[in-house]
Amino acid sequence: MKIGVFVKQVPDTETKIRTKADGSGIEIDGVKFIVNPYDEFAIEEALKTKEKAGAAEVVILSLGPTRVVEALRSGLAMGADRAIHIDDSGIVLDSFVTAKILAKTAETEKFDLIFCGKQAIDDDAAQVPQMVAELLNIPHVMVIEKFEMNAEKNGVVVHRRIGGGAKEVYDVKLPAIFGCEKGLNTPRYASLPGIMKARSKPVTTLKALELMGDSKPRTGNRNYRLPPERPAGKMLQGTPEEVAKELVRLLREEAKVI
Amino acid sequence: MILVLGEHSEGKIKKTTFELVSKATELGQALNTEVSVALIGKGIEGAEGLGTYGAQKVYHIPTLEKYNPEGMTKILHTLVSELKPSIVLGTASPMGKDLFPRLALRTGAGLTTDCTGLKVDNGKLVATRPIFAGKAFIDVTYETEIQMATTRPNSFMLKTLSPDQKAQVIEKSIEPGEMRTNLVEIVKGKSDRPDLTEASIIVSGGRAMQNSENFKILWELADTIGATVGASRAAVDSGYAPHDMQVGQTGKTVNPNLYVACGISGAIQHLAGMRTSKVIVAINKDPEAPIFKRATYGITGDLFQIVPLLTQEFKKVLAE
Ligand SMILES: Cc1cc2nc3c(=O)[nH]c(=O)nc-3n(C[C@H](O)[C@H](O)[C@H](O)COP(=O)(O)OP(=O)(O)OC[C@H]3O[C@@H](n4cnc5c(N)ncnc54)[C@H](O)[C@@H]3O)c2cc1C
Repeated sequence: MKIGVFVKQVPDTETKIRTKADGSGIEIDGVKFIVNPYDEFAIEEALKTKEKAGAAEVVILSLGPTRVVEALRSGLAMGADRAIHIDDSGIVLDSFVTAKILAKTAETEKFDLIFCGKQAIDDDAAQVPQMVAELLNIPHVMVIEKFEMNAEKNGVVVHRRIGGGAKEVYDVKLPAIFGCEKGLNTPRYASLPGIMKARSKPVTTLKALELMGDSKPRTGNRNYRLPPERPAGKMLQGTPEEVAKELVRLLREEAKVI
Repeated sequence: MILVLGEHSEGKIKKTTFELVSKATELGQALNTEVSVALIGKGIEGAEGLGTYGAQKVYHIPTLEKYNPEGMTKILHTLVSELKPSIVLGTASPMGKDLFPRLALRTGAGLTTDCTGLKVDNGKLVATRPIFAGKAFIDVTYETEIQMATTRPNSFMLKTLSPDQKAQVIEKSIEPGEMRTNLVEIVKGKSDRPDLTEASIIVSGGRAMQNSENFKILWELADTIGATVGASRAAVDSGYAPHDMQVGQTGKTVNPNLYVACGISGAIQHLAGMRTSKVIVAINKDPEAPIFKRATYGITGDLFQIVPLLTQEFKKVLAE
């Protein structure tokens, strides 16, 4: 069995986002990058699935500049077998073009199963996995918090979170792609031997330009800006009884939200 | 034409669909085009009533009872090919988020997800959406003929166009085709409250709650004012609340009219998930807590004292 994992490198969650003065993008000078937190659940689930299946190979893929190799190395240190870096230099990406490139690579690799995060915490678009599934003509299930192979190993049962604490249980034929959610597992830490070993594991580099064919972005982003500052709020003063009473009054009469 | 994918819960059309039709009608006026709604499923009530918000036609397709990504994509692809809408809108709900990327790919549409604003500029759609969980915003423009967007609940005002207007309901039978994903069952949650992502009022608790038992006082307040309860990651990681209650950059992004943060410090990752809340109340015993910088109304004090007093006061005034 061959398991693919899509990994994105994103700014650390602590990052205070700054936009470029002309609104053309985000300032990335001095930004610390991490593996997209949801992708860590994806890597972990791939490793767990490999352990259960016995013979399997876990291949992690990342599209981006040279720095994304760091993200791949941390996946290798967790236990993935090899990595593919798809160099994005010279191209304009949107979800569609990204999906095209990843699907093309996945097609060559012939994965039986693909895991990814339910969304990347930078653009929060949550589009790429479903688009890759459509391009590969395979099923997808997003926002999974439980994953189990069936006995014949040609299919899986997954639990997908929907609103209000409810979930859907799906039976899915492989190959398929799954978007992982918190709660699915607890990602392991890379051990020291794991980190040492990762250094000698193979990382192949491909060029996105050669994989994208004639695909062009379907959407364009502009006018990057920070949200408007909230006006200074009101601090309520008085005894607990007084402030509770005043807050209820303000919420009803001034803010009119209740 | 603008096509809106309507959503319903057990046959009842959702409020988010009325919001979206109201917005679509406004866009339709700017583009001089009509608004239609697609409703998929059986036993849906009040389809005609979508006319009140400006929809002219409702296409009702009863051939797929439960959500299925492949079946739904097939049905909507057929409908879109036939109706040729220039804009297709849906809610950024668990269903819309799952479905639209696949549909956009198949129909050749550009897609913007989880939008908080939509407008028409030069005859084309421009969508506004938060990125980095609301730490920044962008405008998205389209290079495609069909323009698709999913929008976040509570982003648009309900607007009645004419109270007596009825939409024309057209039954259509489109087969969902082969499905390799089979929905075996839907396990209901413990509460019938709206999900955090759709809630218009949220009461959230942080590490200060100390245990899951103490969340009871938040539920009591929530019951009184019709709210859903959320939690910070610290509360979730300490086991006080299940992970699907987590609000924040790695939890749920919420967009309520009112967010009450109880014993939450206001870490950047938490703020990221709730900063588009229209009104924010913070209750915290530390007057220096960063959450106060974001709050519309702040109370310095012990939540265990303040929250029950609030519940009491609300009970009193709401009974009047
Ligand atoms: C990769 C990553 C992702 C993250 N994602 C998220 C996320 O999605 N959501 C999220 O919330 N966090 C997230 N965090 C964690 C975040 O950094 C904070 O640790 C977390 O939000 C703190 O939760 P808290 O405010 O409940 O706890 P604390 O920061 O411990 O704050 C508790 C507050 O309660 C107050 N308090 C204590 N007792 C009382 C009382 N009796 N009455 C009133 N006030 C009281 C204290 O003054 C304090 O301000 C993430 C962190 C990382 C590294």
